[in-house]
Amino acid sequence: MTQIELRGIQKFFGAVQVIKDLNLKIEDNEFIVLLGQSGCGKTTTLRAIAGLETIDEGDILIDGQAVQHLKCSDRDIAMVFQSFSLYPHMTVYENIAFPLRATRMSRSEVDKAVRGIAGVLRITDLLNRRPSALSGGDMQRVAIGRALVRRPKAMLMDEPIGALDAKLREEMRAEIKRLHLEQGSTTIYVTHDQVEAMSLADRIVIMHEGILQQVGSPSEVYSYPANLFVAQFVGSPVMNIAKAQVSEEAGSARVTVDGAEKGFAFPNELLGKIDRLKGANGSLALGIRPEGVMVEHQAREGFLPVEAQIIEPLGSYDIVDLKLGSQMLRARTRSGFVASAGDKVFARIDPTQAHFFDTKSGNSLGVRL
Amino acid sequence: MAAVRTGSEIALNRFAVVIVLIVTLIFLAPIYWITSTAFKPRNLATTIPPTVVFEPEISPFVKLFTKRAQLRSAPTPEEYAAAPWWERLVFDGGEKVVRSGKGEVQLSGYPSRFMNSLIVAITSTVLAVGMGTFTAYGFSRFKVKGEQDLLFFILSTRMLPPVVVAIPMFLMYRAVGLNDTHWGLIILYTAFNLSFSVWLMKGFIDEIPKEYEEAALVDGYTRMEAFFKIVLPEAATGIAATAVFCFITAWNEYAFALIMTNRRAQTAPPFIPSQVGSGLPDWTVIAAGTFLFLLPVAIFTFLLRNHLLRGMSFGAIRK
Repeated sequence: MTQIELRGIQKFFGAVQVIKDLNLKIEDNEFIVLLGQSGCGKTTTLRAIAGLETIDEGDILIDGQAVQHLKCSDRDIAMVFQSFSLYPHMTVYENIAFPLRATRMSRSEVDKAVRGIAGVLRITDLLNRRPSALSGGDMQRVAIGRALVRRPKAMLMDEPIGALDAKLREEMRAEIKRLHLEQGSTTIYVTHDQVEAMSLADRIVIMHEGILQQVGSPSEVYSYPANLFVAQFVGSPVMNIAKAQVSEEAGSARVTVDGAEKGFAFPNELLGKIDRLKGANGSLALGIRPEGVMVEHQAREGFLPVEAQIIEPLGSYDIVDLKLGSQMLRARTRSGFVASAGDKVFARIDPTQAHFFDTKSGNSLGVRL
Repeated sequence: MAAVRTGSEIALNRFAVVIVLIVTLIFLAPIYWITSTAFKPRNLATTIPPTVVFEPEISPFVKLFTKRAQLRSAPTPEEYAAAPWWERLVFDGGEKVVRSGKGEVQLSGYPSRFMNSLIVAITSTVLAVGMGTFTAYGFSRFKVKGEQDLLFFILSTRMLPPVVVAIPMFLMYRAVGLNDTHWGLIILYTAFNLSFSVWLMKGFIDEIPKEYEEAALVDGYTRMEAFFKIVLPEAATGIAATAVFCFITAWNEYAFALIMTNRRAQTAPPFIPSQVGSGLPDWTVIAAGTFLFLLPVAIFTFLLRNHLLRGMSFGAIRK
């Protein structure tokens, strides 16, 4: 049972503020992923929880107890580093036993615990090897084993699979998920890879320039991004964002993207919702994910003519760049749906998947249709 | 892919090998000279041209370790017959071993000088490398105010020839009673080597990722424990290389040892040449003393040769 709470964390490196008033509550057994670009403060936050960095203001509470003044050895937290940090002069067995040797555990108990965790991680046959003789994936298993072996209050993982190649990354992702389900411990995981975040997290915490942007389940963050940063950071390919105007035309709502001649048809209720947010219309941005752009070969009601510019075949689907006026709209289509670049096709936007943002503050207007 | 070498490349390679051989021979010649002289009979030590083929003897070593006096007349046959085999070697050289009133063989000054050298060199190496490692760790891992200035200051202690300060040092040492003491030389050599040791060790410790210690900290160890359990084993190569350099410097130091010591704490380097002036110079004895003096450094360096190679090429290779 471990809850971790961050209250008003502030952290400066010289004059640069790397964490700005961070508040977060992590529940027992939860898998939290801190997601953000490099330099966004996510690793610093993790290191602060571990006790490897001091904080300038705020409280870090573990099970209700403030720990920010405790040394890291007294916090009972384990950490997996991106570089694995396996001690090169020790065998795998000694590496895993190392945290146990810091406690007053008998030799036989240590042995039992090490062999137990090695069994869970399927590395029993590697116990006598040195880290230099291991593959990347096995090194990672050992690092995780070393973290898990003493059953810490919480597990911190700093880009633990960032150094592996793509195929192995996928394999280890599944392994980490399996271990979390089997072993169950409060876990904080740092990554800049949104696919990793989406696939592993119970909740994702998105950070940008030291400020927490949004906390939510992967589907919440994907479907209801709180602001432009989250909208463009989560999801691949990136969400289409363009400045737009909402107007009324022949009794129905139209959303015209800057640089386009005609607007997309939207349900009328949009007018009311936009009107309520007075003055929003001058600084409005429309966001739509590529799968929210519908493409047809024939002209149909509500579809605008566009020209295909670039086609990226990705196997199960294609990403097509469509030229709409002076804007580029990326759409996700069935593979081979648009035959070649330069083809004229017709596109419309699925209103239920559209997002509206205030370009001044960057925040979502919360308009859902 | 097999590399195809042109004729000129092969010629160049052969030329390089020849140059290396010549340079190696030049460096090895004095060592050969010392070693061969140490095993020569006295009358063959100074022949012109040098004697290359001879029957090796160990009489120079017997003479090296014993106190001797010139024979006024040849030993009587009884004396000769009663003497042990090694004493006969001394008789054959025209000298006799000096015995105490109780008839015990008196040792020459060499063994105690050799011991002094060992005591001073080993202690100062341990101190310099130990303090240097701690200092380097501090500079490498913590934010130290004025770090660059302090490091420069440490380095600057090596910027003038040490002999420049020999006279003031001698006066200071005499004032505090440190001259002709082991500690006097140990402090001196530790101070010489410390700057070198700090700089070299800082380079090695900088190369050890600090995640290792952080992992140990998170694993429940204190920083001190992490230093001893993680950093020291990882820095073993660096420590070995630094120790070899410090040991050689302290072992070979001549000028300060000559000025600061004369008997009790005198090391081998000033002692060996001083024997040239006592009576007729017996070059074989001097060569034997030098030969034994070379051995510890040779053995120490040989044992740590792999570390040393890494230490010399250090910084040139990125992992």
